[in-house]
Amino acid sequence: MAIRINGQEVAAPQDARVSLLDLLREQLHLTGTKVGCNQGACGACTVLVDGARVLSCLTLAAQADGRSVTTIEGLGSAEAPHPLQSAFIAHDGFQCGYCTPGQICAAAAMLREIAAGVPSYVTADLTAPALPTRDEIRERMSGNLCRCGAHNGIVDAILRVAEEQAA
Amino acid sequence: MNPVTYHRAASVAQALESSAAPGHRLLGGGTNLVDLMRKGIERPTGLIDVTQLSETIALAEDGSLLVGAAARNSAVAAHPLVRSRTPMLARAILAGASAQVRNMATIGGNLMQRTRCLYFQDEAGSRCNKRDPGSGCDAYGGFNRYHAVIGGSPACIAVHPSDMCVALAAFDARVRVAGASGTRAIALVDFHRLPGDRPDLETLLEPGEVIEAVEIPAFAGPSAYRKVRDRASYAFALVSVAAGLVIEEGRVADIRIAFGGIAPKPWRAFRAEAALRGAAVTQAAIDAAMAAEFADAAPLPGNAFKIDLAGRTLSALLAELSGSDR
Amino acid sequence: MSRMQNAVIASVKTALGWVPAQWLPGGTPDPLIGRSAAIGRQDNRLDGPAKVGGLARFSAEVPLQRLSYAALVYSSIVRGRITRLDTAAAEATPGVILVMTHRNMPRIGLVPLIGVTDLSAVGNSSLPILQDATIRYNGQVVAAVVAETQEQADHAASLIEIDYAAEPGKTRFEEAKTDARTPASILIEKNHVSVGNAERELAAAAHRVDNVYRTPGQNHNAIELHAVTVAWDGDSLVVHDTIQMVASSAKALAKLFGLKKDKVRVLSPFVGGGFGGKGLWDHQVVAVAAAKLAGRPLRLVLSREGVYRIVGGRSPSEQRVALGADADGRFTAIVHTGYSIMPPHGACPEQYSLCTRALYRSKSFEILQRHLDLDIVPNTYMRAPGEAIGTFAVECAVDELAHEMGIDPIELRRRNEPDRHPIHGSPFSQRALIQAYEQGAARFGWVRRQAEPGTLRDGEWRIGLGCASGSFPYARMPGANVRLTLRSDGSATIASSAQEMGMGTATVQVQHAADRLGLPVEAIGFELGDSALPAGPMAGGSSQTVSLAAAIMAASEKLTAELLRLAGNDSPLAGLRAGDVRLLDGGIGAIEDPSRHESYRSILARAARDEIVVDAAGSAPLEMLKFAMHSSSAIFCEVRVSDVTGEIRVERMLGSFDCGTILNPKTAASQFRGGMIMGLGLALTEETLFDERSGRIMNATLADYHIPVHLDVPEIEVMWTGIADPRSPLGARGIGEIGITGVGAAIANAVFNATGKRVRELPITLDKLL
Repeated sequence: MAIRINGQEVAAPQDARVSLLDLLREQLHLTGTKVGCNQGACGACTVLVDGARVLSCLTLAAQADGRSVTTIEGLGSAEAPHPLQSAFIAHDGFQCGYCTPGQICAAAAMLREIAAGVPSYVTADLTAPALPTRDEIRERMSGNLCRCGAHNGIVDAILRVAEEQAA
Repeated sequence: MNPVTYHRAASVAQALESSAAPGHRLLGGGTNLVDLMRKGIERPTGLIDVTQLSETIALAEDGSLLVGAAARNSAVAAHPLVRSRTPMLARAILAGASAQVRNMATIGGNLMQRTRCLYFQDEAGSRCNKRDPGSGCDAYGGFNRYHAVIGGSPACIAVHPSDMCVALAAFDARVRVAGASGTRAIALVDFHRLPGDRPDLETLLEPGEVIEAVEIPAFAGPSAYRKVRDRASYAFALVSVAAGLVIEEGRVADIRIAFGGIAPKPWRAFRAEAALRGAAVTQAAIDAAMAAEFADAAPLPGNAFKIDLAGRTLSALLAELSGSDR
Repeated sequence: MSRMQNAVIASVKTALGWVPAQWLPGGTPDPLIGRSAAIGRQDNRLDGPAKVGGLARFSAEVPLQRLSYAALVYSSIVRGRITRLDTAAAEATPGVILVMTHRNMPRIGLVPLIGVTDLSAVGNSSLPILQDATIRYNGQVVAAVVAETQEQADHAASLIEIDYAAEPGKTRFEEAKTDARTPASILIEKNHVSVGNAERELAAAAHRVDNVYRTPGQNHNAIELHAVTVAWDGDSLVVHDTIQMVASSAKALAKLFGLKKDKVRVLSPFVGGGFGGKGLWDHQVVAVAAAKLAGRPLRLVLSREGVYRIVGGRSPSEQRVALGADADGRFTAIVHTGYSIMPPHGACPEQYSLCTRALYRSKSFEILQRHLDLDIVPNTYMRAPGEAIGTFAVECAVDELAHEMGIDPIELRRRNEPDRHPIHGSPFSQRALIQAYEQGAARFGWVRRQAEPGTLRDGEWRIGLGCASGSFPYARMPGANVRLTLRSDGSATIASSAQEMGMGTATVQVQHAADRLGLPVEAIGFELGDSALPAGPMAGGSSQTVSLAAAIMAASEKLTAELLRLAGNDSPLAGLRAGDVRLLDGGIGAIEDPSRHESYRSILARAARDEIVVDAAGSAPLEMLKFAMHSSSAIFCEVRVSDVTGEIRVERMLGSFDCGTILNPKTAASQFRGGMIMGLGLALTEETLFDERSGRIMNATLADYHIPVHLDVPEIEVMWTGIADPRSPLGARGIGEIGITGVGAAIANAVFNATGKRVRELPITLDKLL
């Protein structure tokens, strides 16, 4: 088996202690995925595993064996950016830029979760379809900390993309 | 983190076989275990990944909901049966951690989650009877705002951090466990132990046993979950309340109450339920029920507010469930 | 007089050799004020594509051959000696290259504490680093393990066994008060201010409030961990760091390790959040030494716990604020005294009383700060040090007095607005706080506020409105250098060792240079974050933008002189002097006669030059000494407080700022909001839990130290007067720190308005409202 990372097959590391995060950063030099706490408390290391957003710091690389991983580098490129990447620039959804790849990866998966009807803690009626409102986005993005305080720009950027997708 | 081996179990039988090896631990989503291994609090030599086991969510013949131990928290919360039949459970799961963590965490793993006590988590610098039996407890006299007001012992006042388990406790859920000699069911309210003088023993799970599934009996009335915390989101509970209520002719026909954030285990409020059953839901009745429930409470100066907070939150939740604005 | 005060004045005097006429007393303002094109435009960040693409390379991300990894071990006692240190098991672990302790760490001197006279003095702690067996605080570095992989290093670090002979440490705030120290000065201000007899005025005042306010320790918690990637090459050292003081840390490391200055290069093109915390601490020194011993390039990324252990945060404080007022509400007495921690081995006073000197006029003042000495990792500057918590105390007190008098808190502030600096008597360079209040109040809908607390409700939620003033002094750093290169193709590059940690340094200075040089922004590049470039100022005190601007301004004047010399007699510019021309439209032109103009390309082509390079330094910041210069703000906030649980939700906030010219509304708005959000955390959620029994920080994680999450942060509106400061480059003042000031009080005042409960101890957690 192998881990498929942004379309490339990579062997799982020999040392079972190696996290998916460290595999990405230290062995593959895919440093767009960030380390902010290494203990599941900040969201900077968010990547998509089989399309679901997860924390790569608490995922052992071995656990990703046989799965497909998408990082910020695989989400979009300089020539063909993901709509969220463009929107983050337009709405100034970052300052230092360190939590940004995690925010964008989380947002990409989150919009799909809403589209699939997944509820959140602030969804008033758990049986009704979820909508990408400001409050819903704020709750659903709360696992991604930002210390520069770019929260308004981040939510604005996500709302913009959600509107474009709905149009 | 110690050097460790990693294997995937393809079946419960395989998991049972591998977990019999000394130093081996079952690995679900890893959201708690991997963190504790990195801190040196857990030091397994082998990990058996059990996320390939059943993740089925389906109705059983008796009308209860059967959730495979490997089902992810997010999948359970999003499941139509859970949202429509037991909204309190969906809401409790959604109150926990973040979307990323819920995508990783499994139901079985959530049951085995360990405490967030600051002194338990500080392997290098603090005494903890749970980590190191007999060493002492630095939470007494320290920061214990998040600690237990009831159910604790002189040895330990750490609280169980799960939201989901609070809802499961209220719903009389059962944990189905496989062992070498077959399977057994443990009531969730019994699954977690109170610390007594052995706070290191946290559940009734025996070494070598594997959690297969959780069964959640149907509940006839509306149910809800409210979590009170220091941040609006992504924080452990100071107090949480799970409640279900059936009112017939103005009286409580069935009621379920469980508290989180206040005790070493998900705290099913049997005494409060008994006090309220058959009564009208009035503030006086709730006050009396709370007084009965917390008669044995042992609050500390840093956390005494939680009893009052639990009562207020319960009162608001029951008002919401009974559709009144009392 | 403190070291710092002496230092500033000395450095200003030595820099007097070149002083610009423009914005000093009697001069004219920066000519770019009022004729800008790129300045004031909402340009996107230049580094945006790299940051959203995950391509911006931070210090822990530099790939190197034969890289080794380090992990640190921290003391678990507060004071004492190491009596046994067994590293054998760690050394025997597969992959381990070496273990470094005080036994084999190279002998080095003490890191010079931060200051201004000596530009290599940038340390936050003057304690020895792995030089002896003494433990001086809980969390001190006691060993470093170097291994082939991070996993191996971390595991080996857990195998090191240490026994201590513990001694009692000083860890209790209350007990330390008995031998508190009274410093002579707080930064460049005299500490003790006594104008009139404030206690007597207070006793005789028609209205008075007199209360004690407490604020906890806090930590910066930049999301990027502190990290260095270090490589030695013989006696040359390259350090990839994440640091707010690139140039001076290179000089400090050179001094510590006995290297020539040009042999140390510090690179820090991106800083993943700083807020004052990304300075020179023990880990860089340990990493450099360990890499030397290992003979290998080395990476050291602190764990999140490690950041809490060895990087200080904001000091806790206890502040008494008393206000006396006459029957009309005019202040007759302002008393602001208190305690904060500043151990002798630290460098940073928590200057909470500085705001009090500038905010209001009063018949009398009594101001005094006292320092407590604890065995603790020294506190350091954290976003608006002093001002963030000083404004909490003072601006709550003003609100309390207004309530006691039954008048609107904005009106009370209006009645006490000073027309010159209340203590020094110096004129304000520009101040329009009342205008900021008026505009903010109108926009926010302040009229909705009910004077009677607890009036507004929505179901279980009580609604309250509050406001408060923010204040932050203007600063411009001496010693800001840039290199300006103008090329024959009409492009230009500005280079300085300066820092980018999210302020938009390059973005804004490119906009500035475009206007200064008369070029489109696309023609200008900006290089930064490299000590090999001309030494820029540190990123601190909200001063980097104007400090760099002054240096670019000086460079453009040098460039003008050089261009006129090169243009010679065959140019339409022949005969013109520097004062007769300005840089515009891709060249140089006569101010009086637009037809006399020659392009840069033309001048350089005729002179057969590929480029012109000028190095320049910003002028001495004399304006700081001559004028009272402050950014100020009016913060408005609406909260709802649950009657059931005491939970507080900030519904909306508005910041109305008076900070001079706003250079880029998009990035400036982000900085204002960012400061306000950190203020929201300060008000409601943030607290470093320091266990006074052990001297140990107990919530050294991002799970247990609560910075605001998305759901805590409402939509925040920001606006500004935009009035240029005639005494500063570009008319600008600092905007990086003002945002957090006043927010703690605005929220506390709103909570009072909602509930009638006055909480004077931060953070305002729900249990304080039950």
